Amino acid sequence: MMEAYTVLVQIADATVRVSVPLLLAALAGLYSERSGIFDIGLEGKMLAGAFAAGAAAYVSGSAWVGLGAAIIVSIAMSLVHGVASITYRGNQIVSGVAINFIASGSTVILGQAWFHQGGRTPSVSGAARFGDIAFPFADAIRPVPIIGPIYSNVISGHSVIVYFAFLMVPFTWWVLFRTRFGLRLRAVGENPAAVDTAGISVAWLRYRAVICTGILTGFAGAYLSIAQQAGFVKEMSAGRGFIALAALIFAKWKPVPVMFACLLFGFLDAISIRWQGIALPGIGKLPVQLMQALPYILTCVLLAGFIGKAIPPRAGGVPYVKER
Amino acid sequence: MSAPYAKLPRWADYGLIPLINLIVAFLVAGLVVLLVGENPFDAAVILIKGALGGGQNIAYTLYYATNFIFTGLAVAIAFHCSLFNIGGEGQAYVGGLGLSIVCLAFDGIFPWWINFPLAIVASALFGALWALIPAYLQAKRGSHIVITTIMFNFIAASLMVYLLVGPLKPFHSQAPQTRDFLPGGQLPKLGFIFEWMGMRVRTAPFNVSFLLALVASVFVWLLVWRTRFGYELRTMGFSADAARYAGINEARTIIITMMISGGLAGLMATNVIMGDQHHMALDFASGAGFVGIAVALMGRSHPFGIIPAAILFGMLYQGGADLSFEMPEISRDMIVIIQGLVILFAGALEHMFRPAIQAIFASLSPRSVGVEAKAGRGS
Amino acid sequence: MAEAAIELIGINKSFGAVRANRDIHLAVKKGTIHGIVGENGAGKSTLMSILYGFYQADSGEIRVNGKPTRIATPNDAIAAGIGMVHQHFMLVHNFTVVENVILGVEGEPLLRSSIAKARSELQRLEREYGLEVDPDAVIETLPVGLQQRVEILKALYRGAETLILDEPTGVLTPAEADHLFRILRQLKEQGKTVVLITHKLREIMAVTDNVSVMRQGTMVATRKTAETTVGELAELMVGRRVLLRVEKGEANPGDFKLVVEDLTVRDTRGVTMVDDVSFGVRAGEIVGIAGVAGNGQSELIEAIAGIRAAVSGSVLLDGKPIDVTGKADPGELRERGLAHVPEDRHHVGLVLAFEENENSILGYHDQQKYLNGAFLDIPAIRKDAEDKVIKYDIRPADIRLKTANFSGGNQQKIVLAREMEQDPDVLIVGQPTRGVDVGAIEFIHRRLIEMRDLGKAVLLVSVELDEIRSLSDRILVMFDGRIVGERGPDATEGELGLLMAGVEAKEAAE
Repeated sequence: MMEAYTVLVQIADATVRVSVPLLLAALAGLYSERSGIFDIGLEGKMLAGAFAAGAAAYVSGSAWVGLGAAIIVSIAMSLVHGVASITYRGNQIVSGVAINFIASGSTVILGQAWFHQGGRTPSVSGAARFGDIAFPFADAIRPVPIIGPIYSNVISGHSVIVYFAFLMVPFTWWVLFRTRFGLRLRAVGENPAAVDTAGISVAWLRYRAVICTGILTGFAGAYLSIAQQAGFVKEMSAGRGFIALAALIFAKWKPVPVMFACLLFGFLDAISIRWQGIALPGIGKLPVQLMQALPYILTCVLLAGFIGKAIPPRAGGVPYVKER
Repeated sequence: MSAPYAKLPRWADYGLIPLINLIVAFLVAGLVVLLVGENPFDAAVILIKGALGGGQNIAYTLYYATNFIFTGLAVAIAFHCSLFNIGGEGQAYVGGLGLSIVCLAFDGIFPWWINFPLAIVASALFGALWALIPAYLQAKRGSHIVITTIMFNFIAASLMVYLLVGPLKPFHSQAPQTRDFLPGGQLPKLGFIFEWMGMRVRTAPFNVSFLLALVASVFVWLLVWRTRFGYELRTMGFSADAARYAGINEARTIIITMMISGGLAGLMATNVIMGDQHHMALDFASGAGFVGIAVALMGRSHPFGIIPAAILFGMLYQGGADLSFEMPEISRDMIVIIQGLVILFAGALEHMFRPAIQAIFASLSPRSVGVEAKAGRGS
Repeated sequence: MAEAAIELIGINKSFGAVRANRDIHLAVKKGTIHGIVGENGAGKSTLMSILYGFYQADSGEIRVNGKPTRIATPNDAIAAGIGMVHQHFMLVHNFTVVENVILGVEGEPLLRSSIAKARSELQRLEREYGLEVDPDAVIETLPVGLQQRVEILKALYRGAETLILDEPTGVLTPAEADHLFRILRQLKEQGKTVVLITHKLREIMAVTDNVSVMRQGTMVATRKTAETTVGELAELMVGRRVLLRVEKGEANPGDFKLVVEDLTVRDTRGVTMVDDVSFGVRAGEIVGIAGVAGNGQSELIEAIAGIRAAVSGSVLLDGKPIDVTGKADPGELRERGLAHVPEDRHHVGLVLAFEENENSILGYHDQQKYLNGAFLDIPAIRKDAEDKVIKYDIRPADIRLKTANFSGGNQQKIVLAREMEQDPDVLIVGQPTRGVDVGAIEFIHRRLIEMRDLGKAVLLVSVELDEIRSLSDRILVMFDGRIVGERGPDATEGELGLLMAGVEAKEAAE
């Protein structure tokens, strides 16, 4: 019984860690998509950010410099997407796909050229990494039955980016629904003409949204390479950008459901390792690959409208052209 | 006050603008090379020599090009119906499954020239089926095909990992791949063509599926521009309203088009598995499905453009291998960057240079852009 | 003496070769409701767009309360106290009323206090002008009439002293329209100035103090409403133009080829566009449907032609029913002898990216004569296209040329050639000469008469009254989704103009 509980706590802890990059990337996508810009380039931005963080943290010896670099690089890539989508009114899907490839190739090439380790950045440690933060009295409380492990393992003991990510959920909610910027952002994704006739610049609003996306994907990338792991590794985003997109759609573009969706996907990931070898009654052993594929299958089921209709922002993906 | 997309004479539209987009893409790639500390011109020379210098190199180039012709055609035919099929990678992967089943079953029973057509059917069929669900969801439920095909890429990867470490792997082997095919499951090489011309080819995997790729190109050309179905497909791609007016069944057209697209991607397996590796291994597609997107965009979705574009990327792959020997800093991943840049400039930014080009044309020869000389401008 | 709240002096505006506004002079007195009437294309919307800052006039001056004012953007207009209620609402469908009202004028970065202030201000406005609406209601749940109130509130909230309403009653029920007029009167009492753009003469008579008539880009006349009549306004609106009369003989109508019974069609918002319409078209006659655009004619022919589903009613083609409420198949209708020249030739009737010969088989591409098994019989298609190009004098006579490169008139000829040469029993034609030059117009008209003389049943829809009067053997007038009158080809412009403007037949006699 206690065994089971310990396992549960471990899974909860793993869930939190694993869902953070998803959460950050999904929230990033939220800003873009709510403003009417489709972004399937979250993956590429996250990857580029991870590389920038790993490289800069190693060279400077400071995790914060790494984070800063990640944010700058992600914003730069977001602006490329923005220019293509907003100013040149290009196909937003194509632009996103292009950015993913550019990021994928550039990170390896630059990594190899600068660090000669086959595309990875050298390991970082100490100040160049975001270490775990222990909450006060974590050690003392741990032995307390039931509450102890939750406090000490699940809530306490994560890196600062983890706490930042979860704080971004209510913050994003507040920005979207309690500020002028959020009101206008949501409006421009539903009816850009209404925003235009109100005398607000549609393009500037969308550029700001896209910059927000860059900031958050920077955080996501930095978490991967200098918090969760100890350096950048080739292709380390491993499709998380797409899962984040799936979570975003699953959550119908709302901040708090996004958090739950990412936790769900994180949970599936966390137990997929443990479930290897466990047999289900009547079915036998479930292949681990099935668990790995579950988020993607779930997305398709959702998109098919079986779990309610996922209605995207009305002006999503459509370049804004002034009516003549 | 100008129209969003200005008019240009036909040759500029089809020749000049794509060429400019391509040049810009390569210029940016050259910048990356500089960033890495190498000389872009030297790199270019090594690349071209590696791709075209000697029989073996050319044969390898054409081998890679074969893959990209298949995946390029797959993306292109979907583009003609205004559908963005990003699932070529997964469809090729699953196509390989179909092909492997046929080969594993019959490679000891029938000779290659019976197994080849069977494999063609099987790989195309499996690729088509893998595109069916996303197609159906788009046609009947409006689910965005871009997202569903990306998801199916990942599902395919998981499925194939499961099969290749499990049911399809021979007992005593460690490697996640099927057993090797017997000669009945191996395609003959086409190296002899080069040898006739006095060039040496050695072990290059250039094989008969290149011919299949050419046949597929002709097939796509005929289908899109010479058949009734192709007419309906193109109408739908240009205007869903006109298609409905013309009595064209929207759902049926989408589903059949995507299935053909998936089938074309699936055919890629004949080149890699039956023509070269003679077993199915993990990730044998290794990105060809995505290169297909760049090839289709560069080739303007027309077989006559896709074949040269595929050969160009084949050159990049083959030359890139040599390049990574000579300049270890520039690995195969350089190709991925170029691929991304081509997609960016030929796809999303394709109209970026139009206003400038149009202005040049207008000042040189106003008639060519349909503009009458005007005394003044309205505000 | 009431001063002019808004004065437009010498406004000119051209879009390319089209002169949308020609030397317009307009004075709107403060504290009045001023109507602007005219047919589609008369230039009313362009003029108001200039006043609201969407466009800049090529020349001319705007004066607000006597002061020359430069209006370069909507923000300038708002600052000058001009508010616009658009025909197509500029509302965010999933926002609440308050959120829509404050969008753009929130006042502060944080919403809490802006919304609180807006709420109390809204309550005040609602009481003062009779514009009750629940501030927390979500827009898409509100009926159209209430949504329009939100648009008005938006303008008032921004301090508009002058309100421009562009065709406001198009989407309202009669009861909602009456309520709107009460609101307009209340606004007037509170000292606001209202400019009402409409083509509906009843509304003008019901609620305006002054009315200006526009026709073909010019301001034709301004009257005090009390000193004019619908008859005079209708005549001014429609104008005494030289008729392009086509030579034609007597019609010789036969059996009913097309019978429409109790047809009702609703658009995607649920607004009834075609309201219980019944009529028939006989072989060998041209039935023309007259009416200002937006009164249901488009939806009517789309439903008959099978590209839009009807809600109820029936259509019989040569005695046999068409499945108008379910899955009508335009292809099947073509096989049964129905041809359709759609109103929108650019997006529906043609694929502009296709070559001319490819468009000449659009909709008929599955016929044996164009096919060779599963393949297109390219030589046959091209020969067919060449024949049509000669017969219909399509220029340039290049069947390989991209359709986008043909002029509007020739594009229309391509569509007409295609539909007419299929030798249909019934031909439905929408706006056949829109954007077509004069030479081609005559040609097209002669061909339509020819179809009729060959015994075809022709249903013609056009906003050009001249065209209807010139071609039709019977004229049906549509207004507000219903057929409000049937006349013979010798009906006068005035008579038809009144019906088109929604005046009942017996009232026309006054």
